[in-house]
Amino acid sequence: MVDTAVARQRSVLSQLGAIDCDVHPDAPQRSDLLPYFDDYWKEIVTTRDVDRLELTNFPTRTKPFFREDWKAAEGRGVEKLRRNLLDPFGLKYAILNCVTGVHAIYDPYLAAAVCRATNDWLKAEWLDRDPRLRASLVLPMQNPEAAVEEIERFANDRRFVQVLALCMGEMPLGRRYYWPIYEAAQRHGFSLGVHAGSAYRHAPSQSGFLSYLAEDYVHQVQGFAAQVGSFVAEGVLGKFPDMKIVLIESGVSWLPGQMWRMSKDWRGARIEVPWVKEPPSALVRRQIRMTTQPFDAPSDPAELERIIEHLDADDMLLFSTDYPHAQFEGDAAIPDGFPERLIDRLARENALATYPRLEERP
Amino acid sequence: MNQAVLEKETGTEAKLGIVDCDIHPAFSTPDELAKFLPQRWRNHLADYGQRSANPLVGTLPYPRMTPGNGMRRDAWPPNGGPPASDLSFLREQLLDPLGIEYGILQPLAAGSSTLNQDLGAAMCTAVNDWQLDKWTGPEPRLKASISVAQEDATAAIAEIEARIGNRSFVQIAIPPRTIEPAGRRRYWPIYEVAEHYDMPIGMHSAAFGWHTNSGAGWLNFYIEEHYAFSHSLQSVVASMVFEGVFERFPKLKLIVVEGGFAWAAPLMWRLDRQWNRMRSEVPHVKRPPSEYIRQNVWFTTQPIEEPENNRHLLDTLRWVGTDRLMFSTDYPHWDFDDPRYAFKVPLSPAEREKIFRENAKQVYRLP
Repeated sequence: MVDTAVARQRSVLSQLGAIDCDVHPDAPQRSDLLPYFDDYWKEIVTTRDVDRLELTNFPTRTKPFFREDWKAAEGRGVEKLRRNLLDPFGLKYAILNCVTGVHAIYDPYLAAAVCRATNDWLKAEWLDRDPRLRASLVLPMQNPEAAVEEIERFANDRRFVQVLALCMGEMPLGRRYYWPIYEAAQRHGFSLGVHAGSAYRHAPSQSGFLSYLAEDYVHQVQGFAAQVGSFVAEGVLGKFPDMKIVLIESGVSWLPGQMWRMSKDWRGARIEVPWVKEPPSALVRRQIRMTTQPFDAPSDPAELERIIEHLDADDMLLFSTDYPHAQFEGDAAIPDGFPERLIDRLARENALATYPRLEERP
Repeated sequence: MNQAVLEKETGTEAKLGIVDCDIHPAFSTPDELAKFLPQRWRNHLADYGQRSANPLVGTLPYPRMTPGNGMRRDAWPPNGGPPASDLSFLREQLLDPLGIEYGILQPLAAGSSTLNQDLGAAMCTAVNDWQLDKWTGPEPRLKASISVAQEDATAAIAEIEARIGNRSFVQIAIPPRTIEPAGRRRYWPIYEVAEHYDMPIGMHSAAFGWHTNSGAGWLNFYIEEHYAFSHSLQSVVASMVFEGVFERFPKLKLIVVEGGFAWAAPLMWRLDRQWNRMRSEVPHVKRPPSEYIRQNVWFTTQPIEEPENNRHLLDTLRWVGTDRLMFSTDYPHWDFDDPRYAFKVPLSPAEREKIFRENAKQVYRLP
């Protein structure tokens, strides 16, 4: 029964032309980026051995993170992406999220230079090569002025639909330090994407660094939850009402419990944050979005609809595959038990409402 | 805001005789603990104070909403002193009217997070003596926690051994915000002793610790910090599972206190999923994490999550399991859960019996 429903969903998905909101391009190596640096930075990244730029909590060598069948496919770059994902899933758009060590660089000028090179590389090597591709702008959150400049530099390239930050960086993202970035993002219609990952500025747990990568991955949820609390408490959701915030690769099932708690606490503690005029759950439902891989659902697919009901917002969830990471088997990208009545919203409508730049001409 | 404020008859819990797993006893005066300390540490406290990772001396880094660091406004004893510092008023306001058969003391002023570890151990010893002297001696409904300085396992075990013969103590209290994740080997000697004596480890949310209160840095507001307490408890559970603590000590009992419980189900789903995906990294973890949790871990209920639609809580209760939940009030704090109103959904008599009484009686081995 469930299998039939899932098969039907997949076929619907393909007919709709779904929008995949979390696709990872191959992480660029220094040799990939070198053509996009000016002479000064070319020399710096070469002589100072700035290479690899891979996050410790997402090492590319980690076997269980990657799908074997996708890895084994022929080709590289866009060609491989077409073969594995764009064609078989019949995608209308795929949003590329380049999550690399650039987010963890300490030097704010080096971070800005690597972001510029990465965005130029994304444009030339990916966006220019397939009309279905869209991307998140990689921003030096370590350097808000440079981040704003980067937003302005790409404001007219509508293929960049979102700006990207990690769920665990230097400071909670609600802080005023970041507001100039949000002001520029909102003005140009970018959404703010917050992706799993840590710059390891702080231990991912309140008891220090964790022994195992599996444990570290579990803790990404805490990073996202802290950001939701920060966006609410600092007033970002009210201050930038037109900028949707997308939690990417965050898991989904943890959010209702946090909304229940924060709304309850708000009734008793709202004098602390008088600019928060509505229950946190209402603010979160209006402005925060989540991608659906992974979902972290119960093992019984019949339970998944209960979580959707707890979320109580049909426009919150965005379809994603998290390609090339191993989150599901075959083409079962929609979590088992996902209600059919919401498939169209999940696959297309919610993404179009989240990313105002998506349907505009490049 | 809630669709229905309360969907059941009130008053039934009081007749049942309930166990309250989280009561915070207070000192009547700031120097009340001093008489339980050796002269050497009394002098030290007078000259240097008690340093912790809290950036502010003698006040909370995230100020609370009500006087007395977030107390119930009606909990100030008529005879003076801070809330929960006067036994007769505690009886009058909490134990008698709510039909509390047993109340578990969770002292928060202990030495567990004191930076000077010798002072911390001495403070723990003093707090343990104080619980007997002021609370459990005169009032047998109250049960004590063995406060220990967990970062010094040798001192912690000495304290446990010294108290273990006294059944006024029903658990070992360790804050969840330890220097290293709770599953690390440095704490195993404590767990070994706890399992040997069948003493549960109670981990109660803590306002200070050695690390930032989020992986994204320090949070700015109390409303954020308060929810992040539950994260420290989630980390305890994840670390003890993945480090193999429950594999090595299969009879160890862990109680996580004052973090609510709606997060427990999604945490189990995510832990199981990662364990499935990355078993080769943690071959010492033999079973799905949720199996250990359903065998070794209990959750106290306060601050209970309140969905807009009350009935959504029924899903959470089903997912976490009513055999894992133990009622708590958090008296005398502002977000106190009243046993008559905390659960806004109907519970069966059997479920109520388990949550309000039986689970705790078994876990704490109460008569």
